[in-house]
Amino acid sequence: MIVQALIAPFTEFEFMRRALAAVIALSLAGAPIGVFLMLRRMSLVGDAMAHAILPGAAIGFLLSGLNLFAMTTGGLIAGFAVAILAGLVARSTGLKEDASLATFYLASLAVGVTIVSVKGTNIDLLHVLFGNILAMDDPTLLMIATNATITLLVLAVIYRPLVIESVDPVFLRTVSSAGAPSHLVFLALVVINLVNGFQALGTLLAVGLMILPAGIARFWSRDVTGMICIAVASAILSGYAGLVLSFQTRIPSGPAIILVAAGLYVGSVLFGSTGGLVRQLIPGRHLQA
Amino acid sequence: MAVQLQFRDLTLCYDRHPAVHHLTGDVASGALLAVVGPNGAGKSTLFRGLVGILKPLSGLISLGGLHTRDIAYLPQSADIDRSFPLSVFDFVASGLWRQIGFCGGIGKKERAMIAQALAAVGLTGFENRGIGTLSGGQMQRLLFARVLLQDAKLIVLDEPFNAIDAKTSADLLALTKRWHAEGRTVLAALHDIELVRAQFPETLLLAREPVAWGATADVLTAEHLEEARRMCEAFDDDAAACVAPSVRSQAA
Repeated sequence: MIVQALIAPFTEFEFMRRALAAVIALSLAGAPIGVFLMLRRMSLVGDAMAHAILPGAAIGFLLSGLNLFAMTTGGLIAGFAVAILAGLVARSTGLKEDASLATFYLASLAVGVTIVSVKGTNIDLLHVLFGNILAMDDPTLLMIATNATITLLVLAVIYRPLVIESVDPVFLRTVSSAGAPSHLVFLALVVINLVNGFQALGTLLAVGLMILPAGIARFWSRDVTGMICIAVASAILSGYAGLVLSFQTRIPSGPAIILVAAGLYVGSVLFGSTGGLVRQLIPGRHLQA
Repeated sequence: MAVQLQFRDLTLCYDRHPAVHHLTGDVASGALLAVVGPNGAGKSTLFRGLVGILKPLSGLISLGGLHTRDIAYLPQSADIDRSFPLSVFDFVASGLWRQIGFCGGIGKKERAMIAQALAAVGLTGFENRGIGTLSGGQMQRLLFARVLLQDAKLIVLDEPFNAIDAKTSADLLALTKRWHAEGRTVLAALHDIELVRAQFPETLLLAREPVAWGATADVLTAEHLEEARRMCEAFDDDAAACVAPSVRSQAA
């Protein structure tokens, strides 16, 4: 009976299978990005970038209607522009990255809203804001999978400089000039994954499938590799459970997925093996050396 | 002896205020040079200029054919995020960057080199510990192990023996002497005058401008040290632009 409830939605309905495929692809690419966002103390940067993308997507929507390609391109352009400008200003002036990004994403948001209101069209941006993972058509699914693949390949290439730069930026600077480029490439990956996520979860929740799994992973592992594996696993689990939850109840799919992830996060904060609250209360006897 | 490093009328500034002023001199290849001076004398600034983090406002630094990337640089307060979940092994392995780069594998040979480097600084057995769990002295040993793996012709150590105990600094000093013996050029900024007298053949006494540069015994005289103390720490917000040519240079 329970097994039925857990599996039947996917065997019976194609749209659920598509949704599951999409959420797995999003998890595979987004969760590792989220881990690096967290470790580089940029968790809120993902949030800011999500806002920066919104106007670009709105402009794309304005120019060519509910055209996936146009909206994605608009989002990418806006996101890249903000990420790269903010990164360049931070690196060339010594202004902190967060301050630099805050100014740029606010400006981007203002530009987007201005364009929309000047055009005077009453657009329904609900789809962009909250996404609809249950309406995955072939091109969307294909694009999500492509972006996820690109993300993983590129991340593999910049993995080492990214780790070294997070730990000891001065060292990387003295042995290689890869630091700044890999940081910018990383920001680009953040943008790609946010755009990827907004088809499914909407701009505002897309970042959730990146950051929450990273937060969960922090409580279960002490090394980067372990964290990435746990983050991916918990993202996929949240996606699957969220879809089932949304299918069996009336909760919309996007929020359902994020709510499951949030539930896992709360569980990890309480019971996590590294730094979880319960573990801190019952530390066990001290060792000999 | 071949010249490794040349400073020519070098001036390094922060916001146009000079921290190193009109420095001229040569460092021979294979030299073991102590850079001594009060706080704010420009020791760290000089090193930052050397590794290319700070661009000279005037004058020039010649690295004798080396690229800045061929320098192993140990900064004074390494800006290391020790909360990052990285193991001692992985951290030291980053010293092999020049060999392995982005995607090169860490094979048997590299593992042996890493194990050797860790053994040389007395950190065998720490491979799987997180860098966040190390003490200050162990962290300094770890940084030395990474310098060791960098296998650089020119090694620049900025106050490497600060805030570490006698045993650790003796071990690390021995390592520094070993690098010297291997023919590498080693520059170290230091505060312990007695240590410099005992261990370093050549000294640059810096007080923003070079006070004296040459054999340690000739440089570290009472009057030179007194002069260095007097020269430092003057910072004038409204200082006029400097037009004076270089007056002092290295003793031959």
